[in-house]
Parts: sequence; structure tokens; C-alpha cells
Amino acid sequence: MLQIYCPYCKEERPELEFRHAGEAHIARPADMKSISDEEFEGYFFIRSNPKGIAFERWRHVHGCGRFFNAARDTVSDKFITTYEAGEPKPDAAELAAKSGEADK
Amino acid sequence: MSGANRIAGAGRLTPARTVRFTFDGDIYTGLEGDTLASALIANGVHLMGRSFKYHRPRGVLGAGAEEPNALMGIERDKARRQPNVRATVQEVFEGMKAVSQNRWPSLGFDVGAVNDLFSPFFAAGFYYKTFMWPKAAWQKLYEPVIRSAAGLGVSPDEADTDHYASRYVHCDVLVIGGGVSGLSAALAAARTGVSVIICDEQAHPGGALAYETGVAVNGEPGFDWAVETACALAAMDNVRVLTRTTAFGYYAQNFVGLAERVTDHLADPGPELPRERLWQVRAKKVILATGAIERHMVFANNDRPGIMLSSAARKYLNHYGVAVGTKIGIYTANDSAYETAFDLKRAGASVEAIVDCRDNPGEGLLSKAADLGIEVLTDHSVINTSGARRISAMTVKRNRGGGSRSVAVDALIMSAGWTPSVHMFSQSRGKVAWDAETERFLPGEYAQDCTSVGACNGTDELQASIDEAVAAGSEAAKATGGKRAAKPKLKGTGAGNWSGGMAGSTAGAGPDTTVKAFVDFQNDVTAKDIRLAVREGMHSIEHVKRFTTNGMASDQGKTSNIHGLAIAAEALGRDMPEVGLTTFRPPYTPVTFGSIVNHGRGKLFDPARKTPMHGWEEDHGAVFEDVGQWKRAWFYPRAGEDMHAAVNRECRTVREVAGLFDASTLGKIEVVGPDAAKFLDLMYTNGWQKLKPGRCKYGIMLREDGFIYDDGVVARIAEDRFHVTTTTGGAPRVLHHMEDYLQTEFPELDVWLTSTSEQWAVVAVQGPKAREIIAPLVEDIDLSNEAMPHMSAREGRICGVPTRLFRVSFTGEAGFEVNVPADYGRAVWEAIWARAEPLGACAYGTETMHVLRAEKGFIIVGQDTDGTVTPQDAGLSWAIAKAKPDFVGIRGLMRPDLVAEGRKQLVGLKTKNPKTVLEEGAQIVADPNQPVPMKMLGHVTSSYWSENCGHSIAMALIADGRAKTGETLYVPMPDRTIEVEVTGTVFFDEKGERVNG
Repeated sequence: MLQIYCPYCKEERPELEFRHAGEAHIARPADMKSISDEEFEGYFFIRSNPKGIAFERWRHVHGCGRFFNAARDTVSDKFITTYEAGEPKPDAAELAAKSGEADK
Repeated sequence: MSGANRIAGAGRLTPARTVRFTFDGDIYTGLEGDTLASALIANGVHLMGRSFKYHRPRGVLGAGAEEPNALMGIERDKARRQPNVRATVQEVFEGMKAVSQNRWPSLGFDVGAVNDLFSPFFAAGFYYKTFMWPKAAWQKLYEPVIRSAAGLGVSPDEADTDHYASRYVHCDVLVIGGGVSGLSAALAAARTGVSVIICDEQAHPGGALAYETGVAVNGEPGFDWAVETACALAAMDNVRVLTRTTAFGYYAQNFVGLAERVTDHLADPGPELPRERLWQVRAKKVILATGAIERHMVFANNDRPGIMLSSAARKYLNHYGVAVGTKIGIYTANDSAYETAFDLKRAGASVEAIVDCRDNPGEGLLSKAADLGIEVLTDHSVINTSGARRISAMTVKRNRGGGSRSVAVDALIMSAGWTPSVHMFSQSRGKVAWDAETERFLPGEYAQDCTSVGACNGTDELQASIDEAVAAGSEAAKATGGKRAAKPKLKGTGAGNWSGGMAGSTAGAGPDTTVKAFVDFQNDVTAKDIRLAVREGMHSIEHVKRFTTNGMASDQGKTSNIHGLAIAAEALGRDMPEVGLTTFRPPYTPVTFGSIVNHGRGKLFDPARKTPMHGWEEDHGAVFEDVGQWKRAWFYPRAGEDMHAAVNRECRTVREVAGLFDASTLGKIEVVGPDAAKFLDLMYTNGWQKLKPGRCKYGIMLREDGFIYDDGVVARIAEDRFHVTTTTGGAPRVLHHMEDYLQTEFPELDVWLTSTSEQWAVVAVQGPKAREIIAPLVEDIDLSNEAMPHMSAREGRICGVPTRLFRVSFTGEAGFEVNVPADYGRAVWEAIWARAEPLGACAYGTETMHVLRAEKGFIIVGQDTDGTVTPQDAGLSWAIAKAKPDFVGIRGLMRPDLVAEGRKQLVGLKTKNPKTVLEEGAQIVADPNQPVPMKMLGHVTSSYWSENCGHSIAMALIADGRAKTGETLYVPMPDRTIEVEVTGTVFFDEKGERVNG
């Protein structure tokens, strides 16, 4: 069982308090009604599924109830960082370097 | 007397403390502290089991967790019977009953042993190849026969009466293994004040010190030092010492599962004691001190009872005081077996010969053997053994040729060297590395915050192990905030040499032979089988393993993996690391289901949710059905009624008089705030801004892809307050869905969401007399049609308590849903019932609710929809607000496939024979005579007998269904084809006049 740091509670809590909520940093188009089929496909269906740093949404569903974002390394299954919803997306390359250092 | 083979003065058990136990019905005497294996060997019993496939007689191989052979059933009573217990781990207690397994009719005479004679037919892959044809026979004939013949042990057929405990714990340093390395590490860490847990699977600390009696630590006998050190550690406030506790699984972020066996060794455990305790430990640092496991020699007939590992024989002697034989042969590729020979000789056993397959044993061993009068045959091999139920002789031959000779023995002690226990390291996702010099896998690249010390790290020398462990303990303590403390000064002396050894088959069992040289005892895999697998094209060790099942038994190949790998590598002509090592997976040793399931059984398996009216429903004979975690009243049978009769009566009564229905399980969400209507506009397809306070509306919620996600009636209580209802099962995910959008997509909206599902009890009163029933109980609310028409909501009081009273209907009848605070639910229900019953109304359950709503064509999300149904498909286009700029799903609904012609649409079906009730899920076709596979147009989603209509009714999703209204379609069933007519979805009161009654 993983431990996940909730950026709102500012505490590391066991995974079973959380629920995964899909890829992060996919903004819902403001002009939803007028986007093209391709744009809708990109928004709703296409996900990056990277090997390495993945940005994903989590919800502290059995805690504060807040949604937040996380960067997790899909190879090592390690959380690199978590941050509040709405904060800018961290740089993946920097995080990967940080993750590598943490391993050493 | 605790067995003829007990040596006076040897071992650490107390002769006076005897315990009596039975094995296959015979009574034996052992000593307190004995394992079942040591007690049986003390009594001269070596035959302890039959092998899995060939039913060959087997005795113990080891003296610990690695044991593949001596698996037994341990029985306390009928309910507490544990199969496949390792006799080498199970401690004896007064009155214990042990039974052997995998034999019939008896252990001595086993009919299944014919498998051994037919073994040429049972080569690896036999089952895969043989039972291919005829295909139909697999299910009916082959599988049942194979299954009944296979498997070890018999599981109990009664529920386990023991209970199991569970603890979560955090610690700074977790030390796995209580041998000399583990204790040294724990001692170094504990002195700094950090929290330490040290666990060991055995009943006593010390690990190999239990039999390596030459070792001294700081001048004190090693085992005594271990016990004293463990006691000293246990006395410290910051240390927890767990014995009989196996670290079975190493999971992410230093999360380690420990299984503590609390009562398995006790004769009469009190009922307050849990049988086992599951520890889920989160450690900042883990120190692995898991030691090494000895390997056997792979030669012909190396599996007879009396043939065992050198370390095991030494432990039986030095710890339990039991000689494993009187005439002992030794077969080794390793120096450590010499110490066993010396100890046995000194204890009075006759050591017939030490057969060493090497030219040059370690320094000084030959002269020491000579001093003790033991013959050593270097460069020799044991090429065969004989003996029916116990070894009687070994055949010895010089490696460079020449004749063989037979040596009479009653025990054969073997050692092919030591395999570092990298199981936990590997489970932690660390990568093992091949050490070419010592020919073994050692911890390589670490994936988690752990360190390996001692034998599991390939450190063979005693002092080096201690130093390494002390350093690791201090380091771990320092990293987790330990205070400065002097490192323990530990000086280890007198250890034997553990290095050397070999892997793979020995002389006489090589590639040119067909002898049975066992690699994996528990799964009966021989060297020959592994070579066959390679010949048949299995070139990866993972394939070899699955084809032969080598290492796949409950011992997980603790003794066999390296041999199997070496033999495969030799057959492939490649180096061992190239062939690869199989993955180690939890659990390290078998863990009981009881320990894992723990408290989560029976009523605690899954919480049962009950409405406030549940007790009344029970009192009135309701039959309940499970809806998610809810227990819902399904129907209320009266004397002599079956379900059908009860439902028919309930359906009739509701439409003719009235009925009471417990709708408390409906999901409820309070949506509050200045932007509440704006928010609901985005969440539902409907428009909410114009809904007046005091009015209700049926809402449809979509996912972004345009498919129906949930539905329910929403009441506007005030300008800024909505009472949203969801489907019973949908409440949590709907709230999650709403929170998601509110928090992340529309955070600018000023809205609060609160789950109120369990705050409100809901009594649905439906039917022509609904108003008459509740009217006298209601205060402050005008119930007249004019003042409170269909789809309105009022706040007031009923029976003196606050209510949100909704005029809504899921039956098509005029009706009310009375929401009251949950604590008043039963009282209000009873008050309404007291009015309803004399008027001829009934209580009805969910089955009647389903029928009545189907008569009206009301859908149930999840039954008539399946996640691929749009509002248009379901005939609910009217519920989509046309003018809204946005709502969740607005764009999804415009997708080409969702607006295409020919989509499946929800329609009604009437069977040509009105009495025939269709099966839900049945497929529908246009032409029942077309060839198979038929073109399926859709399926039946809901189907019931309608007592009110006098015929069966059904709803179905059918391609282009609405255009097919009036057409005849067919429902092919296994025994007949049912003719149906496509209709509208409303079967009763098509004009919908009754709701206004």
C-alpha cells in the first residue's frame, strides 16, 4: 500500500484514503459546444500513458475530499510530488532528475 | 521417554517436560519445544508423507521454513483443521493430532504409489499434452478425476472458530531475521533510541546459532548470547521482538506484512487469544538479515526418508537432542556438512563415510575427520540409494570411474552449499546480481530503503557479518533520528566455513541418464524433467518453471530454484545469469486466509446498510434483497403466498387503494449556494434556473461522452437550495462526479455539496388513497391538488416532526414521498401505516416498485441503460434543455455515432402469448430461422408479469426500435422461440391521468 502526501492536509496518508481520478492537466474546453470532433477526441479519449513521469489526479476521498494533482513515476511506482489543483504543471524532466537522485 | 533417538545430554530441551501427541492415530511422546518433525524423528519415524505426483515415501528434508516434504494436517477439532502444515515448523503440544496427507489407505501402503511405476508416462507437460482430446471430455471426465487425485491435504469443511487479530504499526527500523546478523543490527539501532521491530519466524532467536554450536559471541556460547540479546532487546521500551513471526511480503514504500503465530504451539489457548496476528508494518528503514538456505544434492533417488540437509540433521542434534540415524552417510560439495558429521560422531552416531564430490575439502577437515575416525571419500559421488520406507544403503562411486560400492546407512546427510535468501530483497523489487566467483545471486540494485546483512548478503564470515550488521543498524538509526550511542562491541569466534558448494545434478544424474534425481521435492520435479523442458523448447527459466512446475509448490523452490536453473543452463549451454532467475513473490511461506481476512468475515465482511424502518419490515415478514450494501424489503408475503402471489397482490393494492414503500435508500445530495441552479444546469441535461422553489423536476445526468450516468427527482427547496435525489447505488459516484466538476472545472461557482442520504428517511405513499392516508398527520401544508400538484415539494410537519413532503410518483399513481429526519423514520412510518392499513393499503417492496414503474415505462438507470444509452435512445429527449450553452455531455451527444441512424432505442415488448414472461437479457432477432450466428437486434432489459395489465410486459433496447413499433420480432431461447410485438414503453394509464388524482 502506497503512502500519498495530501497537499491540502499536508500529511502522508495511506493509499486507501485516496481515489485515483485520471490524468491531470486536461482542461475542459470552455467552448464545449463548438469544438470539433478531433478536439473532443483529444479532450475526452486520448491519454498520454507515459513510461516514466505521469501527471495524474487523485482525490483524498476519505479525508478532506479535495482533488489534487500528483507526479508519479510509472516505472518505479513512486510519487515524485503532489500539489494542489490549479497549480502549474511541473517540468517532467526536472522531476525525473529529482526522482533519479531520490533513488540514490 | 521421548523417543529412542533422543541423545542424553544433547540439545536444549528439558527431558522431564514431555508432551503426548498422535500421528496417524498412534500416540507418541515428545518434549516441549520440539517441532513435530524433531519429535517424530526422536521416535524413529522418518516416513512423514507421500510426494505429490508419484506418491513416493518422503521424510523431512529440512528443519525449518524451507521444508518441501513433511506436510501434515494438524487438527484441534472438526472446524480447526489445517492442511499442509510443515512438520518442521509446527511445535508439538499436549494432545496434538497430526495426520499424514496424500496417501490412501495409509501412509505405509499407498495405492497412489502406482504413479511411481507409471512415471515414464507422467513426464513434465504430461497433462498439457495428454488430455487434449476429445475436447468435451475435459470438463466432464479429465478435470474432475485429475482434480480429485491432485492436491495435498484436506481443507476443513466447517467454519473456522478461531479469531485473528490485525495491527498497523510504524517503526524507524524493521529487522527481518533474528540470527546473529539480525540481532547485531537490532542492538546497534536500538541503543540510539529509535523504534525497532525485529521479527523471526522461529520460536527462538538465534537462527543458525541453534545448531552452529562452535560459535561464541564475546566468549559466550552463540545461542545463549542470542537468547540473552533478544531478552535485552525485548526489555527496551523502543523495541518490539516478535518470534514465530514470518515477514511474508515486502510491498511498496517499506510496507512489510508480518504473520505472527500466536496460539499454534499452545495446547489450550484461551479464547481471548487470536490464533494469528497480522502486522502491517511501515518502516523507515528495513534491514534484511534473512540468512541462507542450504541446498540438497541432486542424485538418483535422493528423496528417500532419512535423506536430509546437513543443517537440518545438525539442528535436530544440537537443538532438539535427536540423532537422525545411527549409521550415517554424508554427501557434500561443501565444508559445512563436515561439522554435522563431527557433531554426530561425537554424539555417538556412527558416521559411515563422508562422500565429497570435490578433490579438496577445506583446510584441516581431513585431518579432523581422521582424528575422529571418519572415512572421507573425496572425488566420490553417491550415485544411488536404496530402502523402501527409509534409506538403507547408499551407492558410492569414484568420479573418475571404477566400481561402485554399497554402504549401509540409515540416514544420509547432504549439502550442496548455501543459497542466500534474497526473497524479501527481491520482493522489494531490488534486482539480484550474479556473483560469478561464488556462483550465487546476491542483492544488487536496491529499489527501496533497505539493506541486506550477513548470509543473505553473501557475507560468509561470522565477524564480517556482525560488523556489517552493526554498521547497518547504526546507519539506519542515524538516518531515522537516533541519538549518538556507542556501537555494540561484538566478537564472534568459532564459526565453520560455509563457502563453496555446487548447483545442478551430480555424477550419475547427468544429461546422459534417466534416473529420478529430484530437484523440487514438493512438486516431484526431477533433473530429467528440466532437461526435457529445454528439449521441448522452453528456453527461458520462466517457461521451464511453468512447464515443469519447478519451484511452484508452496515452498516456492527455496531448495530447488538454483538447482533447476543450473540444470536448465547446462542443457542450454549458457551461463546461469543468462537463463535468469524466476521472480520471488509474496508470500515467503504460506499465510492462512484467516490472517489475511482477519476481522473482515461474517457480518464484518461488508457493512450491511439498513434503513430506519428495517426493524418494522422484519416484524412484518419482509423478504429482503441486497442492493449494493443496502438491505431492502423485496416483498411482504402473507400466509400461503409465494413471491409471485405477494407481488401480484401488492401491485393490485397500490393501484386500487394505496401502498407504503420504504424509499430511504435513495441517494440524496443537498446542493446549496447562490450558484446552485447554475451548477445543476451544468450537471444535468435539464434547465434549473426557472424551476420555482416548491417545485420538483426529473433530472438526467450524463457523462461527458453523452451517455446516461444517473437520474432522479430534484426539488428546489429555496432559491439557493436543492434537494437532489440519485439512484440507490449511484449516490457516492454522483457526489464524486459533482465534486470533481465543482472543485476542478467550475471552482468559481459558489456552491456546497453535502451527502444527506442517511439523514432522511423516506416513506413513499402511493395510490388513490395516498392523500387520504397522510392528510390527518400533516400540519401546515395544503395537500389539495390545486395547492400541491404533481411534482411539487413543501416543507412542514408530519406527526409533529419536520418534513420535506414531495408530491412525486414512481408508480404512476398520485402519491407522496415523505422525507423526515432519519431518527423519526420508523415512528412516522408506523403512524402512516396505522392510517393506511384500515383503509386496505399494503406495504410493498422493491419487486412491486419495479413492476409498477415498468407498467409506466419509467427507466431504471443501470437496468434499462448500460452506459451506452443516450437520453434520445431512452426516449427522454424532452429532458434535454435546448437553449443551454453548456452542460456535461453536451458535446458528447453531438458525436457522429450518437446522432447516427439505427441506434438501439428503448421500446416496449408484448409477448404474443400474454402469459409468457420474457427473460431479462434475452436477445432479440428479426428472423428466427436465419443461420447461426444470428443477427441480434438488441436485448430485453426489464420483464415482468403485470397483474394490473393482465399480461406480461417488457422493455428492450432494439436497433432502430421505435420505427419497428407494431412489428413482430423473435426471442430465441434454448427450448423455444418467443414471438413478441414492439410497442411503446407505457403499458398502463397511457395518458398519465392517475398522477393527478
